[in-house]
Amino acid sequence: MKRIAVISGKGGTGKTMVCAALAAIFPPDLVLGDCDVDASNLGLIFQPEIISRSPYYGLKVAEIDQDTCTRCGSCEEHCRFGAIRSQEGEFLVDSIRCEGCSVCTLVCPKEAVSMVQKVNGELYYSNTRIAPLSHARLEPGSGTSGLLVREVRKQADERDGDRAFFLSDGPPGIGCPLIATVTGMDAVLIVTEPSLSGLHDLKRVVTVAEGFGVTIFVAINKYTLEEEIATRIEDYCVERGLHVVGKIPFDPTVIESIRNGRPVTDYDSPAADAIRRMWEEIAEIWVNT
Amino acid sequence: MKIAVASGKGGTGKSTFAANLALSLSKSNDVVLVDCDVEEPNLHLFFDAEHEESEVTVPVPVVDPGKCTFCGKCGDFCQYGAITVLKDDILILMDLCHSCGGCRIVCPYDAITEVPRVIGKVRDSQPDEHLRLVTGVLNEGETHAPVVIQMAKALAGSTPTPAGAVFEHQFRELVCSMADVTIYDSSPGIACPVIETVEGADYVVLVTESTPFGIHDLELAIGVVEKLGIPAGVVINRSDGLDEMTEELCRRHSLEIIMRIPFDRRIAGVQNRGGLFSQDMPEWQGRFTDLYHHIRETGGGGA
Repeated sequence: MKRIAVISGKGGTGKTMVCAALAAIFPPDLVLGDCDVDASNLGLIFQPEIISRSPYYGLKVAEIDQDTCTRCGSCEEHCRFGAIRSQEGEFLVDSIRCEGCSVCTLVCPKEAVSMVQKVNGELYYSNTRIAPLSHARLEPGSGTSGLLVREVRKQADERDGDRAFFLSDGPPGIGCPLIATVTGMDAVLIVTEPSLSGLHDLKRVVTVAEGFGVTIFVAINKYTLEEEIATRIEDYCVERGLHVVGKIPFDPTVIESIRNGRPVTDYDSPAADAIRRMWEEIAEIWVNT
Repeated sequence: MKIAVASGKGGTGKSTFAANLALSLSKSNDVVLVDCDVEEPNLHLFFDAEHEESEVTVPVPVVDPGKCTFCGKCGDFCQYGAITVLKDDILILMDLCHSCGGCRIVCPYDAITEVPRVIGKVRDSQPDEHLRLVTGVLNEGETHAPVVIQMAKALAGSTPTPAGAVFEHQFRELVCSMADVTIYDSSPGIACPVIETVEGADYVVLVTESTPFGIHDLELAIGVVEKLGIPAGVVINRSDGLDEMTEELCRRHSLEIIMRIPFDRRIAGVQNRGGLFSQDMPEWQGRFTDLYHHIRETGGGGA
């Protein structure tokens, strides 16, 4: 299976739009993923029909039995995450802060602390008109989004590991969910935009991706809005030895297609043409080698 | 007063809003702007100034080979799978370590000590007499963004640190701002970095755009502020007038739409080139200042 993720560094550059458009023109032997578990949007384009759902637990969290607790304060003292606070004489666990390390169970002299499972989201496997989709929903305020990304990946591998391609939408940023997304990919497509922030963030995500030794493709979305900065981005990519596979013009059809819940490649438009040409470039370098 | 700016979806204009709000308020208040989007910090692009830098470290275990008996207790205890104990060796995967200190406590032979590991930095600058910018930067390849956010917030809450000050790995309770207004600019999403950023704020501004993605992710972000119980209001950025669905969502959650920034190629252009539109279009400074007073009067509470 060949695996590619669409990432960006900066948020809102058009990852999901590009990913959906690529999915619609990809070779058919495909499974889709949405590794942006914080704000999963690929489903808004493909209206998935959910076939199976399972709870996602993440790490356990501490719970203090107030009847056994002698209020010694050892747990609060040793918690590095500020997750235990004393309130009106009782020691309480802030489950949002708790990282599940279990140190409190270790230091409690009365065994008053136990680790309990807590639902942190839901994992889905769905049918779409394009291909099956592995996706998830993270409970707002939960930690461990990186772990949930791994579950999304694992599910796609287990159910559809015999398919030829895995194409996944990715999260913004360069932290834990992004690293979980890029791990084990063969290639990434970084969608950037012609702004100083876009260029700054591109450089950081490139540094992270290079650390994984994946093939790196770059697409400049809405390049016609600031052609001078778009040129600077191209210059940077050339200097760094990255493939600029696509330059997508600003195109009002994109917004229209998203509002209609369709991939932009369903429309005859300049952005759709650019994405088709981009796929040919990617295929040339990545698929046919 | 402490105001956090968050969004759910990326690229809706959080940093644009935060930077223009900070600039406008700094005309009549002492403002500290804190870039808590430590994975991709951008605010320094709008406020060019010399900065002082300090490292952010986390404690990680090291094993004294003279004391270790390879009993395996540390590896069994570690909830993150960061320690593998072999017959005559120990492998520690620093990326997986959460710095909880459990392995040190559980070791019966005192063979584990902790040493600081650098995962990022915080930068402190003073772009203007009444505007201070504190930026958290997560190093490329690192995963523990919340620790860097914490340190950036702690630094912002203190008086400016002397050059080269070294942070201990201390947690919480450090934030006690000296400024009139502190603005925290969050990363996108709804997970731990966002919680770390908005916790302790008196008010959260949720910046959105009226697209299906923007509305879907706004609802998730509303879930975060409702869970934390912090008062919030919504800013619709790049509004093209088709905001009914966003308005409907806000009505359902009793959230006020506190500002609309129209879709305007001029605004986008200024922003893309690293400028601030409230500088080029000064009438916006009055709007941002009025907005701040409105927040104070209606929802912000706080000091």
